[in-house]
Amino acid sequence: MSLRGKDLLSLREMSQEDMELVLSTARSLKEILSRPIKKVPTLRGKVVCNLFYEPSTRTKMSFELAARYMSADPVSFAKETSAMKKGETLADTARNLEAMGVDLVVMRHNVSGSCHFLAKVLDIPVVNAGDGMNEHPTQALLDIFTILDYKSRIRGLKVAIIGDVLHSRVARSNIFGLTKMGAEISVAGPSTLLPPEIEKLGVKAYTRPEEAIEGADVVYVLRLQLERQSKSLFPSQREYSNFFGINRHKLSYAKEDAIVMHPGPMNRGVEITTDIADSPRSVILDQVTSGVAVRMAILYHILGGRD
Amino acid sequence: MADHLLIKGGRVVDPSSKTDQVLDVLITNGKIARLAQSIEAENGTTEVLDATGKIVMPGFIDMHVHLREPGFEYKEDIGTGTRAAAMGGFTAVACMPNTQPACDTDTVVGRILERAKQTACVRVYPIGAVTKGRAGKELAEMGEMRAAGAVAFSDDGSPVTSAEVLRCALEYLKSFDAVLIDHPEDLSLSAGGQINYGLISTVTGLRGIPNESEEVAVARDLLIAKLTGGRLHLAHVSTKGSVELIRQAKAKGIRVTCEVTPHHLILTDETVLESGYDTNTKVNPPLRTQEDVAALRQALADGTIDAIATDHAPHHFDEKWVEFDYAEFGISGLETAVSLIIDRLVLPGIIDWMKMAELMSLNPARILGVPGGTLEVGAPGDITIIDPELEYSILPHNFESKGKNTPFVGWRVTGAPYGTIVGGKVVMYDRRLAV
Repeated sequence: MSLRGKDLLSLREMSQEDMELVLSTARSLKEILSRPIKKVPTLRGKVVCNLFYEPSTRTKMSFELAARYMSADPVSFAKETSAMKKGETLADTARNLEAMGVDLVVMRHNVSGSCHFLAKVLDIPVVNAGDGMNEHPTQALLDIFTILDYKSRIRGLKVAIIGDVLHSRVARSNIFGLTKMGAEISVAGPSTLLPPEIEKLGVKAYTRPEEAIEGADVVYVLRLQLERQSKSLFPSQREYSNFFGINRHKLSYAKEDAIVMHPGPMNRGVEITTDIADSPRSVILDQVTSGVAVRMAILYHILGGRD
Repeated sequence: MADHLLIKGGRVVDPSSKTDQVLDVLITNGKIARLAQSIEAENGTTEVLDATGKIVMPGFIDMHVHLREPGFEYKEDIGTGTRAAAMGGFTAVACMPNTQPACDTDTVVGRILERAKQTACVRVYPIGAVTKGRAGKELAEMGEMRAAGAVAFSDDGSPVTSAEVLRCALEYLKSFDAVLIDHPEDLSLSAGGQINYGLISTVTGLRGIPNESEEVAVARDLLIAKLTGGRLHLAHVSTKGSVELIRQAKAKGIRVTCEVTPHHLILTDETVLESGYDTNTKVNPPLRTQEDVAALRQALADGTIDAIATDHAPHHFDEKWVEFDYAEFGISGLETAVSLIIDRLVLPGIIDWMKMAELMSLNPARILGVPGGTLEVGAPGDITIIDPELEYSILPHNFESKGKNTPFVGWRVTGAPYGTIVGGKVVMYDRRLAV
């Protein structure tokens, strides 16, 4: 069992065994983050390129810091200042980076399936940092890691995923990952924001959040993806917030010890109220910390530590 | 001295006369002269082809191709497109008007026919645009184009969006006895879509195109056909609902015909997922579900679907070697269609050879009103010879077409076009071009 040299494109395609390997490594690497000197020499001499075609704060910084803490050298590509502005294709851009000796590419892209395409173009491994509406596998791994921190298990847990499921790569990766590990998942949102035949993925779908949240151990609030709303999928943010946003009342349907999660960035007052986002039940910042540890583990396994 | 071509010993399958027996076929001066159990060659003046073990059919007509000339010669031109047709067993193709400029005047029709005369090795039938610039607003000069040689009219690539424009076009074309071919798609329902709407669009995160985007348009088109009594042909139908609507319309006596592509008869949207987002699976209408495939096959067998057409849509490699959303829609189909239909539909017994000839030769000829589609004496000497046993792998780098974009790469198939004869002239034989 080894992830060395492999791509990490989706949790749909990742085995439960490999997921658990990453999670257990992340568990031991997390301790590095609380050391006075946050650096181990494990990946010295390796270069990780962040190829981001879409804006990102958390994921990009998280991969960059994960690389640094492991002594790999991160380099970044930003769409705005790149030759993509001159019409260079993704395939050409990526092959140029490969030609410069990059060892691994982390890509964020607005088009679903782009990481699968990149993996066909490149010989070096590709890690998906979010592709369109498809998947965001490292986010789901860090979410699972965070849930384990609080609940110590996944099997049998009730997880409610609420909001804009249609456009959410985070929802898809969590659905694939959490169902593989035995969680019971409910999703809810306005019907216009639920993808077709979603129940065939092994989840229960509701059009009212309260029904999905009933008895939940985890309430996962999705960001309303305002940049991807191309049609009139809902009348207004105000109305969305009233019926589908998570507030104290809707959360009261969950178990008393339920935790609240969100992948960020939050639209405060839209999909989640500030009092819930900042409440003790919110583990949103823990997710961010877990993210660094999980990405350190991913880089470690794919780049193989030492030669 | 007469010019004779004698095709000996083949199994002749001709749906126009319901013939299915081993016969020799003599073509004289480009026309079918005689069919008989044994025809002797005249010394010195007769070219003889041995067709023992082969199937001899009236020449296949692909009524829906994109030859890309003028304007997009980097994708395909009339020379390469017709060589692909010859390799694929087609003796004639009807080419869609979404060129640059659009084929919306008699000048462009004439230009295409002129280029065909210079570079084509099979018959080329231009299809003119219904509206100026294919913009869907004003009728193009269809009468002039008809006089210049256009065989049908279509804004293919786009639907005729306005019901009123469609109504006028169907009415107007009655004076010119030509069929209107609509590309049925409600653009508001399909906007932004990449693949079929359903489980696979959910799993892949690619935007979905619902069956209803086609069916809404099919239903509207059928109503307008009923209103006008005009001749309507629906291009590349892909859904169960579409063929149900067409079946009902035919039962009511509405004048409508339709076609289906090989890829919609064989592949489903699962191919998109299994191929890891291969952009060669991206086509419009999208690959649908198993339920749709089953309904299309049923509709072939019961006569609801009249023709198989490839919707040959060659693209440059660079236009497919990109992110899924940025890739062009379309499949290069001329050189795979016959083998796929044999391998997946004829040999498994879903249709028989007679039906295949009807769908690929007789009916396209009748719908377009062009010569051919039959082996009756006096008909054009257009013949497709099939080798029903040849087994080979589909390798796009061997295509004559400039478009190597096929989702069937590497497929092992049995059955292949073996000979293509146009007006008594051998243009392909034994899997090699003779021109």
